[in-house]
Amino acid sequence: MPRIAVIGGGVAGMEVAFRLSQLSFEVDIIEKSFILGGHVHKWQKLFPDFTPAHQIVDQLKNQLRDKVNILFGNEVIKAEQENTKHILYLSDGTTQVYDAIVITTGFKLFNANRKEEYGYSVYPNVITSSELEEYFQNDKPIITKENRIVERIAFIHCVGSRDEKVGNRHCSKVCCITAVKQAIEVAQRNPDAEIYLFYMDLRMFDRKFEDLYLQAQTEYGIKFVRGRLSEVSEKADSRLFLKLEDTLLGKPLRLTVDLVVLMVGMETAENSIQLANALGIPVGQDNFMLPVNCHSQKNITGNRGIFVAGCASGPKSIGETLADARSAALEVYSYLNCN
Amino acid sequence: MKNRGKQLIWQNYQKDIADDHFFYVRSCIRQNFFPGAETTFLRILKDVLNKDVYDDPSHTTCTGIGYHTDIVPLETTMTVVARQFALMTEKGYKNFIPSCVTSFGLYLEILETWHNYPEVLEKTRSNLMLATGRSFVLPENIVHASDVIYKFRSEIAKKAKYRLVNIHTGKPLKVVEHIGCHYAKMFPDKSVGGAEFPRVLSGIIEEWGGEVIDYPERRHCCGFGFRQYFIKANRGYTFSSVKKKFDSMSPYEPDLIVTNCPGCNVFLDKGQYVISEQEGIVYSRDGYGIPVLTFEELTGVVLGFDPWDIGLQVHQVSVEPLLDKIGVKYDIQKKYTDKNNRLLGKPVKPTLLKTL
Repeated sequence: MPRIAVIGGGVAGMEVAFRLSQLSFEVDIIEKSFILGGHVHKWQKLFPDFTPAHQIVDQLKNQLRDKVNILFGNEVIKAEQENTKHILYLSDGTTQVYDAIVITTGFKLFNANRKEEYGYSVYPNVITSSELEEYFQNDKPIITKENRIVERIAFIHCVGSRDEKVGNRHCSKVCCITAVKQAIEVAQRNPDAEIYLFYMDLRMFDRKFEDLYLQAQTEYGIKFVRGRLSEVSEKADSRLFLKLEDTLLGKPLRLTVDLVVLMVGMETAENSIQLANALGIPVGQDNFMLPVNCHSQKNITGNRGIFVAGCASGPKSIGETLADARSAALEVYSYLNCN
Repeated sequence: MKNRGKQLIWQNYQKDIADDHFFYVRSCIRQNFFPGAETTFLRILKDVLNKDVYDDPSHTTCTGIGYHTDIVPLETTMTVVARQFALMTEKGYKNFIPSCVTSFGLYLEILETWHNYPEVLEKTRSNLMLATGRSFVLPENIVHASDVIYKFRSEIAKKAKYRLVNIHTGKPLKVVEHIGCHYAKMFPDKSVGGAEFPRVLSGIIEEWGGEVIDYPERRHCCGFGFRQYFIKANRGYTFSSVKKKFDSMSPYEPDLIVTNCPGCNVFLDKGQYVISEQEGIVYSRDGYGIPVLTFEELTGVVLGFDPWDIGLQVHQVSVEPLLDKIGVKYDIQKKYTDKNNRLLGKPVKPTLLKTL
């Protein structure tokens, strides 16, 4: 039976592994951490319908049960190829031989420290969108680090995305709708709070996204301002003082808020470039892996028998990631049946 | 505020600061408005730190003021800068320290230009040779004078007579540090601490016992902005910037402002007089305003130099309330006398801002 390695145990890796196991292949997931689910594991609810994130992860885990071998705490150290066989040297010291590889290494969140002017990790009430999810573990009002109920909050879009200054020209795609979702969740917990979203563009590209955006405005009174943040400072009472530009009015704007949420974008995962180099896969200027063709061969890399799925080849929503994973499973199936 | 976050940022902005053998170039503004500051700096390096520093009487302006107001062409500026480097080369020095932050930024800008466009460097060499018959070697190390004090801050602390502590309350003095825009905003990686949370002055202040105030308009320009002040019609921008900064910092009731840029020191010190006359506002409870010292002056104070030798009597805002807090001994009778004890005259009193 052909053996397949799936590198990365996030939702893409879990889905592609399950689909390949359904097609009767022997599948190993090589996961560097000791849990499955990747970033989704840390999320509470998902846009646009507020599905609990754990439902998706649990469903994927249940699908995998007893069908896939999971090599936790493992990374690929070195890769070699002999004819159609791929030899992977893993960090646990073992060597594994596979007939195909699917790269599902996903992404890492932009390190907000790189936008020094935003004061992340200097001012305690500047947090990332990922950290805000931890506030949503219960239905209690959102509070500051000083236990003050948040009365005014600003979401800053495109932190580390579409920003040449930090070397990221690409759009991370899901942050706009994530901000709308999170703003609504804040409004539900802090109904009297003033909530501002400062955006470059609002990219509501998928079904129901526009509806959620409209709902945020009409039902929750969330204010959307096309504007860019210049810098964050802290006042004596620990509230945050923002200097912004309203780019529609073309005027500077100053705002004092209790909490700032940085909508951090996606970057290619840690060690992804090294892995791509080891496996002979090209990466784009954005450092995400490049398939042969972005239309009809999205999961096929330039190296025979190596495939890519999910955010390893660029930012995607969970729905898109799962669809991409299924597509990759079919490509692997076709490849192995043709050999 | 989490200092850990700042420390992470500071780690990214450290630089090599030469240990000895400095070629010093003065500042047009500093030597005119606060002439004791540069003398104090040289005294600290020579007499306190036992360093070799050369103050060349042949050097000139870097043309920074003219350059930033568009009256001196870049080609001329580069040739003048090349001449400064030629003087350094002729005297056998490799470590270049400008007193002025704008000069520092300009030197960096020109070195960066020459690095990226070697043909411009060659053209400048040719211009300098034609004009003066001089040639030059690029400096091995170029840092601002405040970087040197930062480097030796611990050594200075050990030799200091005073600390930045209020002797009446035992609490650290609350200090505003103001960094000149051209120190780090153009080339953050050539600074200590970067442009957002510069460390060069805050490191000095904390080492000497003070507490740094992080107020919302900390990053804002002093208002000088060259075109803002030198074009008379634009001076409203200058003083609205000064006012913005003082409105923002005054709730913290700072005891002192420290600057590393000569222009900033002028506008934060003398700007308090302008605001008091125009707006009727004085930014301290005692009515004397907030004292503004250059980094050299502050160093001289903690080392126990006579405040009138440092030149603190030429400040608009009276420094005595600050000296009293630190416990510095001074002779008020000598404030406005020359070295032969002759009275030099006293400045006119402002309408509102109290002075001593």
